[in-house]
Amino acid sequence: MIEVAVFLLFAALALGSALMVVLLRNPVHSTLSLVLTLLAIAVLFVLLGAPFLAALQVLVYTGAIVVLFLFVVMLLNIGREEIATDRGLVQKGAAGLGALILLGMVGAALWQGTAGHELAPLTEDFVSLEVLATQLFGRYLVAFELVGLLLLVAVIAATVLAARPTPGEPLAAGDRLADAAPVERGGPEPEELAEPTAPSTAAEEAR
Amino acid sequence: MVPISWYLLLAALLFVIGAAGALTRRNGITIFLSVELMLNSVNLTLAAYSRLLDDHTGQLVVFFVLAVAAAEAAVGLALFIAIYRHRRTIDLNRINLMRW
Repeated sequence: MIEVAVFLLFAALALGSALMVVLLRNPVHSTLSLVLTLLAIAVLFVLLGAPFLAALQVLVYTGAIVVLFLFVVMLLNIGREEIATDRGLVQKGAAGLGALILLGMVGAALWQGTAGHELAPLTEDFVSLEVLATQLFGRYLVAFELVGLLLLVAVIAATVLAARPTPGEPLAAGDRLADAAPVERGGPEPEELAEPTAPSTAAEEAR
Repeated sequence: MVPISWYLLLAALLFVIGAAGALTRRNGITIFLSVELMLNSVNLTLAAYSRLLDDHTGQLVVFFVLAVAAAEAAVGLALFIAIYRHRRTIDLNRINLMRW
């Protein structure tokens, strides 16, 4: 009985804050709502007999990933989005309709697949961290090591991408974006500066 | 005992909310947040099935999804910083360099 009450409370919390993630205009508020959603889902992990996942969710997801999001949002100082244009309204309607259809399909499939299944009571073995660890470092050892490699690659990639290019150094791969389409900054572009001088030097040579 | 279908229905709802957000929002960061929401709803599904089938594999897959999400967030946010540095915006409607 208490379990049902806890489930309903935190499911409602997760749904409400998930809606806020999508609906709020300010990215900082969206990010903080996501923290609430993830914490509510962590509670549901505990109810499902996965305390390790709940701890990971709190430590890694809310503690590291979402804080990284928050950091970037504040670093870039992103303001509110501009008011949506009429094309945005069509897009919103289509996306909402598509989402409802997806919900119908996925929900029906999941519900029909599991409705009426009786859950066995939680066993000591299922909650045990030892059993989980034995599988992770036994059967899935290669995958575990590969995940470590993946994280290393991600760290290197993030460092290279976000590094500020020092002046005088040849442009990094990420800077080709700037070459293709110059940013609208104040001041004339180098090509525009070169234009007036080119005819004059040609004229001097003609003399 | 909460029926496992409730968890699955909740996960489906969360996934759909995330999908709708990813399709409608124009701010790159918010779209990213919606994708994280979708990833997490799938994690909930995996944990629920792990409980239903009394098998730890689902929980281990959640572990790997978590690690991949961390890598994805790091690289994605670095990309956003690089784009912002050049274009002064992360409004995806205005990052249309490759549109013909």
